[in-house]
Amino acid sequence: MPRITITVDGITYQEDVEPRLLLVHLLRDRLGKTGTPIGCDTGNCGACTVMLDGVSVKSCSVLAVQSDESDVVTIEGLARGNEWHPMQKAFHEEHALQCGYCTPGMIMAAIDLLRDDPDPSEETVREGLEGNLCRCTGYCNIVRAVRRGAREMSQRSAGERAEQEVPTP
Amino acid sequence: MSEQLDAGMIAEQIAESDQLSRPTDAREIGRARRRKEDARLVTGRTTWTDNIQLPGMLYVAFLRSPMAHARITRVDTSAARTRPGVVAVYSGQDFADEQGSLPCAWPVTEDIVIPDHPPMAVNEVRYAGEAVACVVATDRYKAADALEAIEVDYEPLEAVVDMTEALTEGSPKVHESGNKAFTWKFAGGDIDAAFRDAPVVIDRTYVQQRLIPSAMEPRAVVATTDGETFTLYSATQIPHVLRVMLALTTGIPEHRLRVIAPDVGGGFGSKLQVTAEEVLGLLITRRLGKPVKWTESRSEGNLTVHHGRDQLQRISIAAERDGRIRGVRVDLLADMGAYLMLVTPGIPILGAFMYNGIYKMDAYDFTCTGVFTTKMPTDAYRGAGRPEATFAIERAVDELAHELGIDPIEVRRRNWITHEEFPYTTICGLTYDSGNYEAATDKALALFGYDKLRAEQADRRDRRDPVQLGIGVSTFTEMCGLAPSRVLGSLSYGAGGWEHSSVRMLPTGKVEVITGTSPHGQGHETAWSQIVADTLGVPFDDVSVLHGDTSISHKGMDTYGSRSLVVGGIAVLQACEKVKDKARQLAAHMLEASADDIEFAGGSFNVRGTGSGKTIQELALATFAAHDLPDGFEPGLDADATFDPDNFSFPHGTHLCAIEVDTETGESKIRSYVAVDDVGSVVNPLIVEGQVHGGIAQGIAQALFEEAVYDSEGNMLTTTMADYLIPSASDLPDFTTDRTETPATSNPLGVKGVGEAGTIASTPAVVNAIVDALRPYGVHDVRMPCTPERVWRTVAEAGETAWAGPPSAGDTTAWVGPTAAGDTTAWVGPTAAEGTESEGGDR
Ligand code: FES
Ligand code: FES
Repeated sequence: MPRITITVDGITYQEDVEPRLLLVHLLRDRLGKTGTPIGCDTGNCGACTVMLDGVSVKSCSVLAVQSDESDVVTIEGLARGNEWHPMQKAFHEEHALQCGYCTPGMIMAAIDLLRDDPDPSEETVREGLEGNLCRCTGYCNIVRAVRRGAREMSQRSAGERAEQEVPTP
Repeated sequence: MSEQLDAGMIAEQIAESDQLSRPTDAREIGRARRRKEDARLVTGRTTWTDNIQLPGMLYVAFLRSPMAHARITRVDTSAARTRPGVVAVYSGQDFADEQGSLPCAWPVTEDIVIPDHPPMAVNEVRYAGEAVACVVATDRYKAADALEAIEVDYEPLEAVVDMTEALTEGSPKVHESGNKAFTWKFAGGDIDAAFRDAPVVIDRTYVQQRLIPSAMEPRAVVATTDGETFTLYSATQIPHVLRVMLALTTGIPEHRLRVIAPDVGGGFGSKLQVTAEEVLGLLITRRLGKPVKWTESRSEGNLTVHHGRDQLQRISIAAERDGRIRGVRVDLLADMGAYLMLVTPGIPILGAFMYNGIYKMDAYDFTCTGVFTTKMPTDAYRGAGRPEATFAIERAVDELAHELGIDPIEVRRRNWITHEEFPYTTICGLTYDSGNYEAATDKALALFGYDKLRAEQADRRDRRDPVQLGIGVSTFTEMCGLAPSRVLGSLSYGAGGWEHSSVRMLPTGKVEVITGTSPHGQGHETAWSQIVADTLGVPFDDVSVLHGDTSISHKGMDTYGSRSLVVGGIAVLQACEKVKDKARQLAAHMLEASADDIEFAGGSFNVRGTGSGKTIQELALATFAAHDLPDGFEPGLDADATFDPDNFSFPHGTHLCAIEVDTETGESKIRSYVAVDDVGSVVNPLIVEGQVHGGIAQGIAQALFEEAVYDSEGNMLTTTMADYLIPSASDLPDFTTDRTETPATSNPLGVKGVGEAGTIASTPAVVNAIVDALRPYGVHDVRMPCTPERVWRTVAEAGETAWAGPPSAGDTTAWVGPTAAGDTTAWVGPTAAEGTESEGGDR
């Protein structure tokens, strides 16, 4: 059985994995990272979206062995301590979730889509989230949340840059 | 130490700590509170059933029939048993003595046929996907692997996929007794008189295609036992009903069975069920003494989660030339699928009371035939019967308007119950307690820009623009808040419609609310906290809501049919009132005043006209210490309440859709969508809006995208999310939503329910818009889902010569807008040809 090294939400694991084991099952069943749910078996719903080396992937469509030597961030690793990520906050503020099953995947996909366009239009958000299905919300509030999250993220990074520029006394 | 630490000391410590909360008089009801539930959901700390891991847990996988209809002649599980990791393999035969029939709790008629429905098939399979055998193994991959080693011999039998065919002489039989499950009739007024010599008769047949509810969380079950007691975790909407039903089905005594619905990822009716997998989970854990888990894959789910809709509706309207409706006749075929599940037969019956819509009429006649086919059973899906009914009447009323050349909104105005006429007893015998269709419609028209869009439509028609604009309206009402129990009883529904709540104040003044409703995304924890905060005058954050565990919320009727707030929320309110009454007695005692002189304001009981008072938190602490209580006063500040309303509630609304239809490609694009809903008083506008959005999306999905397709052999062709098209963000527009508020009179909060409104209203609004766009081509129906291919075909089939309107100059002004009285002004387009639809008299 191949042995892989994988860092998930800041902790590094060494795991013996069957070649066919899916990343999502490794995360959920072996590492206890149940924040990432499964909604389909065809890579269509996006519920299982995580960041793999900084890029969003559907973890049901990645084999655990493919993630050897990589760095995975799940919804559980997004907050800084007790401070939620701006996108998590924005989903809450805009009531962009109901049952919440699609939410972890939505939030991961949303953050990823801002890499290309930090201030996306409604249309860009709608297209960018095409691979993530939600059955509860009708998407209106999700779209609003992503745009709000985007604004807050750019403010935060501007703030962080400013902070870094402040010379320490 | 121990003798010193008496209750009084604890009370003192609490009183001195900053734990004792303070009263508040902030208004919570009506406020757009962000949801409490969100914290765990956005951080991934949710307890979905599939997240539950118990020591020594085994995994179950089911072998499912690849055939729609076959006799099972042999099941050989021996090879599978030897596979790695396999603990046990069972066929239906192995459980033949143990597995009771899956229940049907809504026998709508006395002579209804309720076939035996074993959780695992024993002799015969009747739909593709029916469980035939199962493997229990040490991990999910091994369980799935071993399925391949089970050998089953099937002797194929003929499938029956189509309802009409199923009812024809000589059709293959799904069950020995034939393919008819029941015929249910209902009538009011003299229908023959209404149709006799009617100046106009519209007679249409609509297909309600079969839908797959597709909650995002697949079903999952975890069953465990300590040998004496059993616990079942299930992704269910109905833990309380499930517990009773499972006790009856498995023989496990009810008091030894605990059902837990942890966080549940959507339901929409699909988790209002007693499933084979829940029963078998318990039977397997009973045999093996080990915890077992089963999680459905999506493709398994599409085959085996109960489906929705699937009806063939013939609707006729008899009307006067001025558009006034005389009567409506409905003849319905409802596809039951292969078996009757929990409330399968009741779904079309719920709709029976809604085909009259918001309209006055003299007569109504309804017949429904429930038909067996070799497909997955149907059952509740968002709206359950009401979307189907609303679709038929709202489509047919549009046809009437078109036939008469009257604006569709004007036709509705001429028939609807006016604001002054409430309460109004309909031809179906329901008393609509309150409503204001004028207000909702006027608001919607204004938001939509109706007149402007009609002008643009006329222009596009004039130019014969290949992209036509369609405008669709639907006005609707529905019945929410199932109860009343008495009425449900008269409809042969197998349970009551009450709801239960307990409210208990803890020594520190915090409040725990136990509710019998079982949320799966509707935000009960937030809304119930708002009700409690207002009623008891405690801070919103001091309330926690417990639900979905039969050992905590010991009584309940669960969540479906938009009943939670209307029934369950009122039970919470009433329990709070009882707590307050009790607190008032104690306050009177402690303040040495008469209870009548105590007034309650801002969470504090004060003696009228004096400065002295006690906060409700102080009183809670005092009942805990119990040092000085009035005679006969039971310690504790808590109360139970059970609410059984005496009427349904009737939300209503007007939805408008503008759609651009490319007649050359068949593509439809929703340009704007406006919904004005009246759900009575609103506890949390944020949640209401969210529910409306989601509902609209699901209704649009039926109109444009979704259909569960079986081939003629009964194989399902839409088993994946690639084949069954749930709309994504890019398929839908932004919705404009607004409200009018006409409080319900049947409950003290004036609430009506909102969960299904959007779904009920949106499907006919969208299809009316598509048909409206295509009217000039002589089109008067497009079957759902109105996919590009179907729209294109419809236009193409109408043929080259089809362009019927506006045929000559001058006619383009035909739409005179909803307000004008000049109803008979000419819409000369395709009406002439359609005039032949009038057949009058009986059929
Ligand atoms: S579970 Fe991965 S895309 Fe659906
Ligand atoms: S919130 Fe339920 S699926 Fe998106």
